[in-house]
Amino acid sequence: MPPSDTEVGALVADHALEFPGGYTRSVGPVIGRFLTELRDGRLVGVRTASGGVLFPPLEYDDDGEAVTGEFVEVGPDATVQTYAWVPRPLPGHPFDRPFAWALIKPDGADTALLHALDLGEFEPGAKQPKTLRTGLRVRPKWRATRTGGITDIECFRPEVTMIGAPSRVEYRLSAGKALTRFLTGIAEGRFLGHRCGVCGKVYVPMKGLCPVDGVPTTEEVEVPDTGTVTTYAVNNIPDPRAPAVPFVSAYILLDGSDIAMLALVAGIPADQVRMGLRVKAAWKPREEWGRTMENITWFEPTGEPDVPFEDIQDYV
Amino acid sequence: MNTAVVAFAQTEHTGEDSGLTEVELLAPVITAIKERTGLSRFGFTCSGSLDYLAGAPFSFVSALDAVGAWPPISESHVEMDAAWALYEAWVRLQHGDIDTALVYGFGKTSQPGRGGGVRHNTGLRALMTLQLDPYYLAPLGVDQVSLAALQARAVLEGGHKEDDLRAVAARSREAGRGNPYALDLPEPGDEDYEVVPLRPYDCPPVTDGAAAIVLATGDRARELCETPAWIRGIDHRIEAHSPGARDLSRSESAALAGEKAGARGVEIAELHAQFSHEELILRDALGLSDDVRINPSGGALAANPMMATGLIRIGEAASYVHRGQARRTLGHASSGPCLQQNLVCVLEA
Amino acid sequence: MGNACAVIGVGQTAYRTKRTDVSIAGLVREAALRALEDAGLTFKDIDAVVIGKAPDLFEGVMMPEAYLADALGARGKPMTRVHTAGSVGGSTALVAASLVQGGVHDRVLVVAWEKQSESNATWALSTHPPLTPSIVVGAGGYFAPHIRAYMRRTGCPDHIGTVVAVKDRQNALKNPYAHLRIPGISREMVESTPMLWEPIRYLETCPSSDGAAAMVLASESAARRAPNPPAWLHGTAMRSEPIFFAGRDTVNPQAGKDCAADVYRQAGITDPRRELDCAEVYVPFSWYEPMWLENLGFCGEGEGWKLTESGATALDGDIPWNASGGVLSSNPIGASGLIRFAEAALQVRGLAGEHQVEGARKALGHAYGGGAQFFAMWVVGSEQP
Repeated sequence: MPPSDTEVGALVADHALEFPGGYTRSVGPVIGRFLTELRDGRLVGVRTASGGVLFPPLEYDDDGEAVTGEFVEVGPDATVQTYAWVPRPLPGHPFDRPFAWALIKPDGADTALLHALDLGEFEPGAKQPKTLRTGLRVRPKWRATRTGGITDIECFRPEVTMIGAPSRVEYRLSAGKALTRFLTGIAEGRFLGHRCGVCGKVYVPMKGLCPVDGVPTTEEVEVPDTGTVTTYAVNNIPDPRAPAVPFVSAYILLDGSDIAMLALVAGIPADQVRMGLRVKAAWKPREEWGRTMENITWFEPTGEPDVPFEDIQDYV
Repeated sequence: MNTAVVAFAQTEHTGEDSGLTEVELLAPVITAIKERTGLSRFGFTCSGSLDYLAGAPFSFVSALDAVGAWPPISESHVEMDAAWALYEAWVRLQHGDIDTALVYGFGKTSQPGRGGGVRHNTGLRALMTLQLDPYYLAPLGVDQVSLAALQARAVLEGGHKEDDLRAVAARSREAGRGNPYALDLPEPGDEDYEVVPLRPYDCPPVTDGAAAIVLATGDRARELCETPAWIRGIDHRIEAHSPGARDLSRSESAALAGEKAGARGVEIAELHAQFSHEELILRDALGLSDDVRINPSGGALAANPMMATGLIRIGEAASYVHRGQARRTLGHASSGPCLQQNLVCVLEA
Repeated sequence: MGNACAVIGVGQTAYRTKRTDVSIAGLVREAALRALEDAGLTFKDIDAVVIGKAPDLFEGVMMPEAYLADALGARGKPMTRVHTAGSVGGSTALVAASLVQGGVHDRVLVVAWEKQSESNATWALSTHPPLTPSIVVGAGGYFAPHIRAYMRRTGCPDHIGTVVAVKDRQNALKNPYAHLRIPGISREMVESTPMLWEPIRYLETCPSSDGAAAMVLASESAARRAPNPPAWLHGTAMRSEPIFFAGRDTVNPQAGKDCAADVYRQAGITDPRRELDCAEVYVPFSWYEPMWLENLGFCGEGEGWKLTESGATALDGDIPWNASGGVLSSNPIGASGLIRFAEAALQVRGLAGEHQVEGARKALGHAYGGGAQFFAMWVVGSEQP
């Protein structure tokens, strides 16, 4: 969803945090052995230094002591230790119909595995079935195609009864009061800022507070869309939101502001950008404007004479 | 080094996104606590927050804007509930070369989730899966409420009834309605289970908010506060991660932290119990008798601005001492799945 | 700074692009067990555990202290997770030291790590949240303009960054844990690599590494019983300033100057170049060596590049910087600061092996993070202060 653009109301946008393709996790020797056995249809625990069988195996016991190298086959018969009934599953859950989570201890193991327990078909919101109880004897249901992951076990099922992940986090984020006001100005083609009542410095965009004095700021100031490049980088690493490489990212001190903002500079060969260059915002056609910095494609030279370094050195 | 909580401030927490950023939530709290103490500089500053609540790295960087960190300040941050930031500040004060510290925490649980703060915290429930063992637990997609329900079942099998959970929720919500900073939540109704045996009122509400505390030592504390809440003991402990390696019906880490912090003889306890049954486990672990008042603020069941919730428990516990309502109180904070990690702070007039 | 505190154990993993031979717990245990072995201890002897790393987004494991409690022998103990951006490795060491200095514990295990290969640093550092008014250009894009400003201010020649890039990689050849080991590294080789964020060339930047580092910090009585020589803490300091404010000096940040002044005052140091024997300083882009030489008071303002050019900071110079090869040679980002602190300790313990600075008795460990706004430092010495 693009940022919502109603005249009133807070500015919000949806956001997803997702590493493309999912994280790649190396598992090390102990988890690796477990997952390999799991893929091949066997449950193994590992013998701890104190003689117990840790399941699922880790490189260490719960006191941090290294385990022995002895792997022990356990189960597949297992016992439910405790459980939680999920009448309305969430999107990331292993079933889209009611099921239970359970701590399950295979015969021969001293610790339990958390996994899903399938008790059959239920309507959404169904009451907890009476068959679900501590002590229930269960077995794993193996996935037909196994790849070596904890979900190679599709779920556990009661003995002799009926038949029954990548990471993505989504958000809706608020721009906040100060940024909403600033971007509302940008939607009208204006740069707005605040003047601090204590130090008198002008912040564009405004933050609603002065980071130096730690006080709220309220006095609104409008500054022009012209400014001076204080310093810059020539980027040769492509970025989806920037023009073709090389592109220039520059700190631009807008006239009347006391703080430079980072923005793109174009309309001039990258090797001719310099400190002190005078620039002006290049706006998209007015009909494309919204409450977003995307209204400004980049900054480009005005053709005015450069500002001497002495006049901008306090801003770099 | 005798150290006291001398001031506490918090937002009027909201049950939905009020349109403010985390730093905009925090700034008025910092302003308030500076006014209350007359201090604008502190010997040490420490905060607690969580990048994943904001969906971006470094959420604490912009929070520094609210503090007025100029000239530069001595400052640190934990990716934990701000109660642990308070612990770090308390330790720093024990060095003896500084006499004040500012601690703050903030969080917006309204932001995670498709379309934001949706019904019954489903965004946060799913987010908390990322805190689990990345090989054996997280890939299952088991969420926060489901794990809590496993623990609740273990509590019920130990002899408690579901009505005991409801009673905790009812008392917490009623107290919350009397607390101007907490949410106004109705009497528990006949809502269906979220995950059996937990009903929606047994689970924490979506909450946005922030809180701050000022600590001071010795004479400085007496200058800044008429009745300082002296920290008589503070300790935190963690236990094994895997719920399959623990006895879920009890909390060995809370019991140990309570013992080390001297959790005896308190009149009021503010417990960071995000789920009704957690209060039952904690009462037991901390040895709180029936005459100890629990969560007069409403606790986390009435307002849960994550990453500040534990700090608020210590702030509330200190406020009873400040106001002369009690001589000895206890603030508790928790972290990790099924009360894996617990902090206990004992305060006295 | 409270009670006496010393480093009695240091452990590091091999730093590599991908440590696919271990799990996350396996990686942190590799460093922790080596630190315990150096200290002659086991997990049972440890009172508290402090861990640190950069954003959780790198591995997608949120608040990982919960998952790692058993792996680090922390069951029944206090465990803390620190996060202060790039300076976190240093801050984590200081939080652990504070527990000893405050008289709370006798033996604290501190571990920092990053397993960058589980995702990708550029993604984790720039997640492109919507609505942000400023463009996000990654760490190189952020720091390059400030390096350009340094060059303009001082009028230094263009090749200074290359000198640092070569020197630190030559040092890395003497460090068995180092990630980038480039035999025959030369100025020509560095200058033949492409400009990524002009004025920063490819070989003037740090790598992305998997790795962990750990230390055991001890009280005076515990340090006296340690089997190997301790490194005593002579000073510890942290400073922070806001990332953007009017009049901020981003080239020579005040927070860095104040932090250095504080740590030198505690250590009784008035002339760091003369009184310190070596320094491990967070230099993720080669140009930050001359910039930090000035910021940390090893020379006057505008003189840092001359010190670098003269060879003073080389392993055989009068004030070696980053004898280990530094961040330019190994960068598991959340651990990088702790590695600086640990390498400073190894130097004054006389245990730095082939990259040992002859007779080092006093050393600086330094870390910075965010927009060069968070600083953590310590001075360690072979003698108890």
